[in-house]
Amino acid sequence: MVERQTLFARILPHVVLITGVCIVAFPVYLALLASTYDAATVQTGQMTLLPGNQMLQNYERILFSGTNSTTREPVGTMLMNSFIMAMVIALGKIAISLISAYAIVFFRFPFRMAAFWLIFVTLMLPVEVRIYPTYKIVADLQLLDTYTGLTLPLIASATATLLFRQFFMTVPEELVEASKIDGAGPYKFFKDTLLPLSVTTMAALFVIQFIYGWNQYLWPLLITTRDNMQTIVIGIKKMIVTQDALTEWQLAMATAVLALLPPVFVVVLMQKLFVKGLVETEK
Amino acid sequence: MERRALFGGKLLPYTLLLPQFAIVVVFFYFPAGQAVWQSMLMEDAFGISTEFVGFENYQILAADPDYYKTMLTTAVFSILVAFLSLSCGLLLAVMADKQIKGATIYKTMLIWPYAVAPAVAGVLWLFMFQPSLGMLAKMLRSWGVDWNPLLNGNHAMILVVLAATWKQISYNFLFFLAGLAAIPKSVIEAAAIDGARPMRRFWTIIFPLLSPTAFFLLVINIVYVFFDTFGIIDSVTGGGPAGNTTTMVYKVYQDGKAGSNLGGSAAQSVVLMIIVIALTAIQFKFVERKVQY
Amino acid sequence: MASVVLEAVRKVYAGGVEAVKGLSLTIPDGSFTVLLGPSGCGKSTLLRMIAGLEEISGGAITIGGKKVNDVEPSERDIAMVFQNYALYPHMSVYDNMAYGLRNRGTAKEEIERRVAEAARMLAIEPYLQRKPRALSGGQRQRVAMGRAIVREPAAFLFDEPLSNLDAKLRVQMRLEIRKLHNRLKATSIFVTHDQVEAMTLADQVVVMNSGKIEQTGTPLEIYRRPASKFVATFIGSPAMNLFPGTIAAPGKVTLADGTGFAYDANVFDAKPGAKVEIGLRPEDAKASVAAPGRPKLVWEVTEELGATRLLHGMLAGSPFVLAMQADIDTPARELALEATPETVHIFDPESGRSLRRA
Repeated sequence: MVERQTLFARILPHVVLITGVCIVAFPVYLALLASTYDAATVQTGQMTLLPGNQMLQNYERILFSGTNSTTREPVGTMLMNSFIMAMVIALGKIAISLISAYAIVFFRFPFRMAAFWLIFVTLMLPVEVRIYPTYKIVADLQLLDTYTGLTLPLIASATATLLFRQFFMTVPEELVEASKIDGAGPYKFFKDTLLPLSVTTMAALFVIQFIYGWNQYLWPLLITTRDNMQTIVIGIKKMIVTQDALTEWQLAMATAVLALLPPVFVVVLMQKLFVKGLVETEK
Repeated sequence: MERRALFGGKLLPYTLLLPQFAIVVVFFYFPAGQAVWQSMLMEDAFGISTEFVGFENYQILAADPDYYKTMLTTAVFSILVAFLSLSCGLLLAVMADKQIKGATIYKTMLIWPYAVAPAVAGVLWLFMFQPSLGMLAKMLRSWGVDWNPLLNGNHAMILVVLAATWKQISYNFLFFLAGLAAIPKSVIEAAAIDGARPMRRFWTIIFPLLSPTAFFLLVINIVYVFFDTFGIIDSVTGGGPAGNTTTMVYKVYQDGKAGSNLGGSAAQSVVLMIIVIALTAIQFKFVERKVQY
Repeated sequence: MASVVLEAVRKVYAGGVEAVKGLSLTIPDGSFTVLLGPSGCGKSTLLRMIAGLEEISGGAITIGGKKVNDVEPSERDIAMVFQNYALYPHMSVYDNMAYGLRNRGTAKEEIERRVAEAARMLAIEPYLQRKPRALSGGQRQRVAMGRAIVREPAAFLFDEPLSNLDAKLRVQMRLEIRKLHNRLKATSIFVTHDQVEAMTLADQVVVMNSGKIEQTGTPLEIYRRPASKFVATFIGSPAMNLFPGTIAAPGKVTLADGTGFAYDANVFDAKPGAKVEIGLRPEDAKASVAAPGRPKLVWEVTEELGATRLLHGMLAGSPFVLAMQADIDTPARELALEATPETVHIFDPESGRSLRRA
């Protein structure tokens, strides 16, 4: 559009956006900085805005040995736990929701709508409103401090089921009819036609659910008691001892960087899928 | 809506639904039912026997000034975070929506905080504002502010609000961007021909057309503050000082952890359930309206 | 009111695509000019450049004697009717029409007067308080026009405004737009890909193809004296038949099979022996009983259109369509064709231009 713009109007968006980017990045930059200094410098607040020289030592220490006082578990183990949890939750949610939505859209059976609502209503029952009873069930099932206990209760997903249902409803009926004429039964149709069509939706969901799984806090906090079952998000919280000078901030910050790197990486690398997944799951 | 092309099979659909059902029943409905049941039970002082007390736990809750304080805290927290993150998200989205150089890079650089875990976000902000060694805390002190979120409830609230807002801006930014992209370009052009300068164009055309998006985001943000900020509060303040940052969800957790008042904790859970149901209902009613728009 | 003058106007997009390739055009004051062409020919881009919605890469645009290259859309004294109407969805019909006037600080009474008058003219008075979504397609179209009219601009710009309407409504709105123009006498520029719209609405038709003007003229000029094969086949339905021929002598052109047609050597300038392309409209060819030495059409398929009948077949090795009165009898398989010399067009096969004398 032909528009007379003052210099101010032209640079304003850049000024606002650069300010935004800086504010958003600053806390992480500071964490990154802190992870390059020795304990004393950080502890006394002598840190500057330029990196120190302890980066390798700090990361090596935290990854393979852990902190001195609070949680002695090496962060490497925690990263592994987080990764397993995020992967199992993301893949589990996708698998379970995929077949549920398939049943609801492509079959007619008694109580179909009831089944749909049963899944749908779980949207209104986040972990936070049923904390202790759920904990008790997991404890009764002997699943505390196990990967199963950590992931299984989180694998049900109303949002993913709704999303697949929505997507399946856009699959032309003629495709089903053509498959039937070609002699495909429900299994072959699912495997040969529906699954390949759903790849993008699955990928977008994977990005969102991986982040969801990685960032879980309340649930692992309840379910894990042993240090070697901790996820990194729990581990880092335990490194901060509020009323105490014992916190090894340079190590905590190194852990923070390690904790946020994988999900941020996923978002930045798969930005398109991430946006698609985010926008569609909220519809 | 009604499909003609279907598959037969009597047992197959149930088999397909079974895994999801098993999880949903065992880990969702059963515990939720337990919460409702427990909210009507009371243990005696020694924890030896429990008896059915009907709505007594709710009555106790309704008479508890602490609970009102928690509600107020939650309300203040929600309003501040929603207002701040919505306005920042909108401002950034409007700027990034202009046809400027590097718009894609700006977008990438603004969306990643979504991926940071709330607890990690809390730790990052705590580090900046930690009274004895935090870089920004030191700055505040040098300006004469007696900054101490570990002792001052208002400071603690400011800190959790900042951390929660920081994490939520990217989400609102993305949805506002999508909302802006959905406004037909020709409507903006018509307004330009109609002589509306950019600022006027924003307030008379773009902003009203974004209001459905804003309302949707408001609901989502409130849900976010209610439930997803648990990690931030636990890592930054642990609900303190003196319960000044204890939200309703955090109180359920604390009361239950103490273990003495399972009935009261369960009653609080049920109140939360009702709130989620209300918010979800509002959201879906709105989605229906949006379809017509 | 004002004339609009384009001089060597160009539009090059950032990617290097040249949408408008240096074209010049005068749109006289008070005329109804239609920019006609297939999609992607640059007609909409040109209109948007006149409106100021697209920047100009080269050349000059003058509206009412004032160069407007760098003038903002709102200050060009134009009004535009968009293809999708671009009504403000959150405003009532009244506010949609009043918005532009309010932005200009027009007095309240004046706004009321103008909106009322436009609403009466367009018969949308009962809907003034409604929102656009409560209106039918035709009503929205009227509101979009009303929004343009109340501005009393120097020029009206229309960007395919009828393409979202159903066929019946389109015919009706077409007539109304023309009536409105006759009443308001404001310079109007109308973009369409529909040749019937162009023929019925325009005083001046500008046929565009890949960013350039193929021909400018009145509808009848364009139909009767197409300047190129492109115009000849784009205007008229079914399209003009084109087939190869050789100039035997001035005024006589022969086909591949040795038969031929007479053409007007005073009008077309072609050397004897030159390979040319002959153009003959389906409705201009006359059929009679086949006879040796006459151009022979062997048809394969007929299409009955009611009043007319189309015969599809071959003429001396080239496909040919003949339009004839639909009488009861099916004609014989082989027919002799004749055409009056004034209806035979001669084109240069290389450049595609008509060999009409200047």
